[in-house]
Amino acid sequence: MSTVSRPEWEGFNAGKWQNEINVRDFIQKNYTPYDGDDSFLAGPTQATTDLWNQVLELSKKEREAGGVLDMDTKVISTITSHGPGYLDKSKETIVGFQTDKPFKRSMQPYGGIRMAEKACQDNGYTVDPEISEFFSTHRKTHNAGCFDAYTEEMRACRSSHVITGLPDAYGRGRIIGDYRRIALYGIDRLIEDKIAQKESTGKIMTDDTIRLREELSEQMVALKMMKEMAASYGCDISKPASNVQEAIQATYFGYLSAVKEQNGAAMSLGRTSTFIDCYAERDLKNGTFTEEQIQEFVDHFIMKLRLVKFARTPEYNQIFAGDPVWVTESLGGVGVDGRHMVTKSSFRYLNTLNNLGASPEPNLTVLWSTRLPQNWKAFCAKMSIKSSSIQYENDDLMRVTHGDDYAIACCVSSMRVGKEMQFFGARANLAKCMLYALNGGIDEVSKKQVGPKYRKYEGDVITYDEFMPMFEDMMEWLAATYVNTLNVIHYMHDKYCYERAQMALHDRDVRRYFATGMAGLSVVADSLSAIKYATVKPIRDEDGIIVDFETTGDFPKYGNDDDRVDSIAQELVSKFMKMIRRHHCYRDGFPTMSVLTITSNVTYGKATGNTPDGRKKGQPFAPGANPLHGRDTHGAVASLSSVSKLPFMDSQDGISNTFTIIPGALGKEDQVFAGDIEIDLSKN
Amino acid sequence: MTNGRIHSIESFGTVDGPGVRYVVFVQGCPMRCAYCHNPDTWDMGGGTEMSPQEIMDGMLKNIGFYKDGGLTVTGGEPLMQVDFLIDLFTLAKAQGIHTTIDTSGIAYRPDNMVFKEKLDKLLTVTDLIMLDIKHINPEKHLELVQQPNDGILAFAEYIDNKGVDIWIRHVVVPGWTDDDQYLDELGYFIGGLKSLKALDVLPYHTLGLPKYEKLGIEYRLKDVPAMDKGKVVEKKKVILEGLKRRRAENNA
Repeated sequence: MSTVSRPEWEGFNAGKWQNEINVRDFIQKNYTPYDGDDSFLAGPTQATTDLWNQVLELSKKEREAGGVLDMDTKVISTITSHGPGYLDKSKETIVGFQTDKPFKRSMQPYGGIRMAEKACQDNGYTVDPEISEFFSTHRKTHNAGCFDAYTEEMRACRSSHVITGLPDAYGRGRIIGDYRRIALYGIDRLIEDKIAQKESTGKIMTDDTIRLREELSEQMVALKMMKEMAASYGCDISKPASNVQEAIQATYFGYLSAVKEQNGAAMSLGRTSTFIDCYAERDLKNGTFTEEQIQEFVDHFIMKLRLVKFARTPEYNQIFAGDPVWVTESLGGVGVDGRHMVTKSSFRYLNTLNNLGASPEPNLTVLWSTRLPQNWKAFCAKMSIKSSSIQYENDDLMRVTHGDDYAIACCVSSMRVGKEMQFFGARANLAKCMLYALNGGIDEVSKKQVGPKYRKYEGDVITYDEFMPMFEDMMEWLAATYVNTLNVIHYMHDKYCYERAQMALHDRDVRRYFATGMAGLSVVADSLSAIKYATVKPIRDEDGIIVDFETTGDFPKYGNDDDRVDSIAQELVSKFMKMIRRHHCYRDGFPTMSVLTITSNVTYGKATGNTPDGRKKGQPFAPGANPLHGRDTHGAVASLSSVSKLPFMDSQDGISNTFTIIPGALGKEDQVFAGDIEIDLSKN
Repeated sequence: MTNGRIHSIESFGTVDGPGVRYVVFVQGCPMRCAYCHNPDTWDMGGGTEMSPQEIMDGMLKNIGFYKDGGLTVTGGEPLMQVDFLIDLFTLAKAQGIHTTIDTSGIAYRPDNMVFKEKLDKLLTVTDLIMLDIKHINPEKHLELVQQPNDGILAFAEYIDNKGVDIWIRHVVVPGWTDDDQYLDELGYFIGGLKSLKALDVLPYHTLGLPKYEKLGIEYRLKDVPAMDKGKVVEKKKVILEGLKRRRAENNA
């Protein structure tokens, strides 16, 4: 095969990326690791400041309007449903909004018409009755499909919140398209590739083959629509990008297409900065653009990402503490060849926190390795202290299984970009499961029989040896019900709310992670520790249901680097994962689990009764794998050490720890103490 | 091995010596500093008994975090448990760990030969002493902490002659320890210390107040506001002026 060459690729190093869709190979052959410091960075241009002030003004108006400035009630959002929208066309170097104007939320009914209607209603809008009628009578939604197939037991688990946060009423999210492919190859080449993929499917029409062929066709439709949408902004993405501005713009159009059609709880971006940097370096070398211009493109790109918005209900916002989009962008990391992958553009992305101010979105995530260059580490630390907006992930841990072109979806879910995707699976409430085990499947809050009618715990003191087998039986039941509920959800989502835009930017054969999650880890670990090391007496109500506990004596608490309880937490994770693995997962999904509730721990706590560790009914759980608030009494290292003992291979979808520290506790404040240790006392 | 009476352990100390430090708070202190933010460490009888080995094992589990930092013992008054300190630091030095004592110097008396002998031994396994001089003026010192300061100043000179690195700490409390004349005197005094490596001037804060309420101890500074951080920079300059004057005299 002769090597494909394109004028847009001039100046790039050759590689197999030219003949096949292989962004990783392009990056590896072309990126320039940067070891220097942040002194090269440029501040905001006047246009950036003007645009950002405009955004701040609109944000203020949005808050004053009660949280939503405008909603579309008539047009069903697709990649091409809306004409171009601008803040100020003359100043924007990167363009594109979800609808025809900024701050106008799109209508996405395929996940569920009721959610779409309620999101409008709760914000003072009404969905066009014809659309409501259409999606109730003529076109089924994902949500309707799920409820057609759910069992009574699944519904009961859903209402009691022993399984919770299920994506059965809106988009499941967590799928990252390889948006970079558009920039590197152009849409036309990607369509050619999809045609070849479709030709390569099996000829025997099994369910799987039929579905694959239908999906590939949908993907091609999406690609064509992307081209059309870009053209409406005056951009031609049929061919490869020829400079850094076009590369950012093309990448953004890919992402924009995804958020025009999907409103998943996490719509992440991927790992774009080092890719973009290949273009930036080439343009700097050729004198095409200056540092100021390149920073401006990055600033405008990030600004757009900050303005991605979905129509949500107040209940949704309560679960997630606001309406996060989880536009996660993964930065840095180390390549499998040992070179770190920090580039000047990694710095430029973080520099947006200077130029536009702090912001939780996009969720800038540093893939941390001990081998990252010192200047980058220092810059990350500086920006963390300044903005409190940076997330860190352990690249040394994830690189082993995911290589060096993975990205994080949402907060911790890692996947190889364009090669792996995830079926998002919310989480099972292990603390509630523990109470079900004590009460023979009766819910401690509603007093309804939700779980199986197993034997209740009968003694006056709960002993570890007697209780653990009961708990494990209940966990087995929960794992089974949970996985099967997810099987229904993902079947229906593929059927009624397929992510054609994101999947168009994947290989034909992808690995599908079947993600599950657990909530309440530290509550359960401490409760079991109390049962094992202190004396826990159950208190029963008039119907014999255990509703409270009298715990006397001290017990080791998770979060203090104490193996007596940390080992309980480790075992819980491994045991539950083992149980999950026993079940059939939809579409050959590869089962994984996360311990990661970042904000929803509050809601889960609300739905859960008193627990043996002394946590009271309704009190929040700790976020993710965190120790319970105030129980880690030996400082951060001990606390983090407990978390770090959790087995990653049994929690491959990620383990999160939310770390809050006042700047003063990170060392002396530079203003007051600068140089206190270095004062040269030998001089006068 | 002598066990220590321990108040608590902080695994991520960042303000008690260089780098990230494993900080052991010992129980028991004879000083009654009006602004003390750890009054729960005063009682000599409280705390939990721990062996030096137990403490070292806890630190070694995560030793990677402390490679640019080390071990700090604070309190409470560490030098009230000098035998324990010797054992703990001996273990630490065997592991190559940087050792720091954060002390008020109150345990030192020039005429106590038994203590001096132990102190000499301790200094051989100590890398840094952070000495907190509460007040340079004897009367003011007595009023502020209910103990005299002659032994403390003698302690400073004693350890200085032994060549152990010294950081001087001083808390600036509005109306109590912020008088320029005394700060200048303080600077003049520490200017005479040859082993002085740093000066740490800390603004008084009121974060310890809830502990007093909880313990039912009257808080003598309840009407004193927290120290303005900006002013602390000025106060530090005053101390440094005194320090430089002494250095100039010594060099002359």
